[in-house]
Amino acid sequence: MAEVSLQNISRRYGDQVALDDVTMTVPDGAFVVLLGPTGAGKTTTLRMVSGLDKPDVGKVLINGEDVSRHTPAQRNVAMVFQQYSLYPHLSVRQNLAFPLKSPMLRTPEDEITRKVAEVAETLQISHKLDNKATELSGGEMQRVSIGRALVRDLQIYLMDEPLSSLDAKLRSDLRIVLKRIQTSLGATMLYVTHDQIEAMTMATHVGVLDHGKLVQFGPPREIYQNPVSIYAASRLGSPKINILPADVFPAAPGGAHSIGLRPEHIGIGEGAETRVVRVEHLGDQTRLHLSLNGHDLITLTDPHSPLAKGDTLRISPQSPLYFDANGDRIT
Amino acid sequence: MSGFSVTEPSRRQKWIAGVLVITYALVTIMPLLWIIATGFKSPEDAISYPPKVVFQPSLEGYVNLFSSRTRITESMQETLQPAETWYDQVARDSGTVIVGASRYGQRFLNSVVIGFGSTFLAIVFGTTAAYAFSRFKVPLKDDLLFFILSTRMMPPIAVAIPIFLMFRQLGLNDTKLGMILLYTAVNLSLSVWLLKGFIDEIPFEYEEAALIDGYTRFQAFYKVVLPQAATGIASTAIFCLIFAWNEYAFAVLLTSGNAQTAPPFIPTIIGVGGQDWPAVAAGATIFLIPVMIFTILLRKHLLRGITFGAVRK
Repeated sequence: MAEVSLQNISRRYGDQVALDDVTMTVPDGAFVVLLGPTGAGKTTTLRMVSGLDKPDVGKVLINGEDVSRHTPAQRNVAMVFQQYSLYPHLSVRQNLAFPLKSPMLRTPEDEITRKVAEVAETLQISHKLDNKATELSGGEMQRVSIGRALVRDLQIYLMDEPLSSLDAKLRSDLRIVLKRIQTSLGATMLYVTHDQIEAMTMATHVGVLDHGKLVQFGPPREIYQNPVSIYAASRLGSPKINILPADVFPAAPGGAHSIGLRPEHIGIGEGAETRVVRVEHLGDQTRLHLSLNGHDLITLTDPHSPLAKGDTLRISPQSPLYFDANGDRIT
Repeated sequence: MSGFSVTEPSRRQKWIAGVLVITYALVTIMPLLWIIATGFKSPEDAISYPPKVVFQPSLEGYVNLFSSRTRITESMQETLQPAETWYDQVARDSGTVIVGASRYGQRFLNSVVIGFGSTFLAIVFGTTAAYAFSRFKVPLKDDLLFFILSTRMMPPIAVAIPIFLMFRQLGLNDTKLGMILLYTAVNLSLSVWLLKGFIDEIPFEYEEAALIDGYTRFQAFYKVVLPQAATGIASTAIFCLIFAWNEYAFAVLLTSGNAQTAPPFIPTIIGVGGQDWPAVAAGATIFLIPVMIFTILLRKHLLRGITFGAVRK
């Protein structure tokens, strides 16, 4: 059982505002993916929960208990660092055993051996256990760093882009492994990523951060379908949502400044006339790059589409999103 | 191998490098060989000119170093029992009898206690201070560091008189504790600055990882920082030991008996029964050994490279 709650957290580093009045409650067993560009406050949020950093203002609660003054060890959380932070003077095996040997746990030796072997197996690094931590490739280091978090069965895991250095195959394998472990432990997970697929497939909740502010928090589908702003809408979806001036299509509501169209929300056949600029055949889908009165947009069409560069076609919006001049959602 | 390579030195470059290294080695090692050889010469051979390269080795210098003797006449010698031990015999051969042990052993032991004791303290205080300067927000950090360094800006002996008076007031004159404290204080500026450099190079991320892994700040320091600072600690310890081991001026001023170290003692050997150069050379040779052993033991830690690599830059 671990419900993590941030209440009115603010944190500055010098002149830089890292977090600005962030309030969010992560339910027990939730898998929260934090989205936002560099500097949005994703890593800072993890550091607040872990206790590596203390908020200037606000409280961190775990299961309703105020842990703002607790050390990381007392909070009993595991964290995967973006920069791995493997202990360079230790072997892979010793790195993985390190959390189990902490004065808090003092795990028996045979239990350590078993746990380390199990985690190494899961992460496909068994053959590297006796290497020094410095004698690994980037992807291997990253897996050891995930392993160091997973050797302890905890209730809260914090992961900062844990799969970023892995090749596509391993990444999709480990995505499933991580999700499975999280579900089977019933653990609460806060996860930072830039990967659309990770965000959509693993998350039960997504938090969108913008310059230290939490602009939207909810299930990924809700944020995808019902974003509060252009910013939130742009965080999910690949290819990205098309943002065009509201007046390129008729029937814009009053006060609308821009219209947002997901690639799959563009109907082909009638409406405004566009020119095909480029066709990308991806196998399972085909992306069409269109030009509409000088505005670029991308849509999807069926894999066997005969369309070619220079063709013209008519498009119309389906379930469009409208935003005002500030980028906030209207309807 | 033929052909041209930018990384492989050519045959000629290797040859020149070899000659340079050997020349340098000869220049630095000559005085050392000279001292070691003199220790094994007889007093006559030691001062002969031109110096003897080939000589009859003798242990007289070493026997004289460790013993105090009295000169006897030949007629007296005939009345004595035959010498019982080899060193008695060596003494007899030069017309003396051994009447007891010299004070060299005790002075040497003083050097060991004071040298290693002050090195240990300089490293303990130096490491903790360097860690604090490296990791924490210390008020007036730069000024404090400069102040610590400034204690090195004049020759320490310039403050010998105040220190002498202070030591007399505190009853530290001619005590091992006094000398340990003094050498620790002199070495601290060096150890704090050197170690701060080494600890600065260890990324803080490792300690953060250890904090997350369930360790306290101090345990993280002990388990994660110290092993990675081993290189720096080893080389700093060598520098501190060499200073404390070789220090002469303070030792002359502040010690006379109890706590006297070997450096001020060795020259006094010369006065016992004429100019006894072999005994002085023997004293100097033995004096070299502990520092050499210490350096050789720590040599493997001097190899750099363990701190590189496992943090993604």
